[in-house]
Amino acid sequence: MTEVLVVFALFGALGAALVFLNALLGPRRHSPVKDTPFECGSPPLEREIKPFPVKFYLVAFLFLVFDIEIVFFFPWAVVFRELGPAGLAVMGAFVFVLAVGFAYAWKKGAFQWDS
Amino acid sequence: MGFLTTTFNSLLGWARKYSLFHYPFVTACCGMEYMSAACAHFDIDRFGAGWTRFSPRQADMLLVVGTITQKQAPVLRTVYEQMTEPKWVMAIGACAVSGGIYDNYAVVQGVEAVIPVDVFIPGCPPRPETILDALLKLQDKIQKQDQDWRWKRRGS
Repeated sequence: MTEVLVVFALFGALGAALVFLNALLGPRRHSPVKDTPFECGSPPLEREIKPFPVKFYLVAFLFLVFDIEIVFFFPWAVVFRELGPAGLAVMGAFVFVLAVGFAYAWKKGAFQWDS
Repeated sequence: MGFLTTTFNSLLGWARKYSLFHYPFVTACCGMEYMSAACAHFDIDRFGAGWTRFSPRQADMLLVVGTITQKQAPVLRTVYEQMTEPKWVMAIGACAVSGGIYDNYAVVQGVEAVIPVDVFIPGCPPRPETILDALLKLQDKIQKQDQDWRWKRRGS
């Protein structure tokens, strides 16, 4: 245990020292060319991040609902027989909460792509 | 004081020559020899220059590998200027060194016209051993040169 701690302390300190040394020694110089975004040396074609439809965020949130569902369904399916009716009840409660969210999203029209 | 300065300078040189991150600016067939030098066959990593970086922000050795046309020249210049200090440049192959067989209006007759070069590597294309030899020579040069660092006093 002591050896491990010594190794951690020693190499942790070494890493910190190297980062610090880099900040201390490395030259920091700026120029207009250097501060432009790197596009393999050609002039940048676009200046900033373009806006994109907010609907994509909605898709991401909806994905979360189904993703969580699947993440918990698979382990449950593995131990389905061992857990028995109690597990079924717990899972039912879980699915109910998800279903409420799903119904809410549906009512809000989250599944309508063009609206 | 003089002793401290030279020791510091040489320590900095030692640290830098064995930790070169290179940016390969590969435009032509010398690239094959570069790949061979960089990969397992000739293994440039043995000399502490193993990291290939595809952003000049992280690189301090620019490898100009191949023909640089007049159109390519400003691109090369931009890449060089976007690299972090300290930086070194290797011109690999006859085209990068002197224009090579392309003695015409379309090709830059040696990249020295666009950016400062530290090491010139002859050959069409150069053997990987030549590239490794050039790397050793560059390391020698880095060790000996006056190191550029953050709080260095200028104009003294």
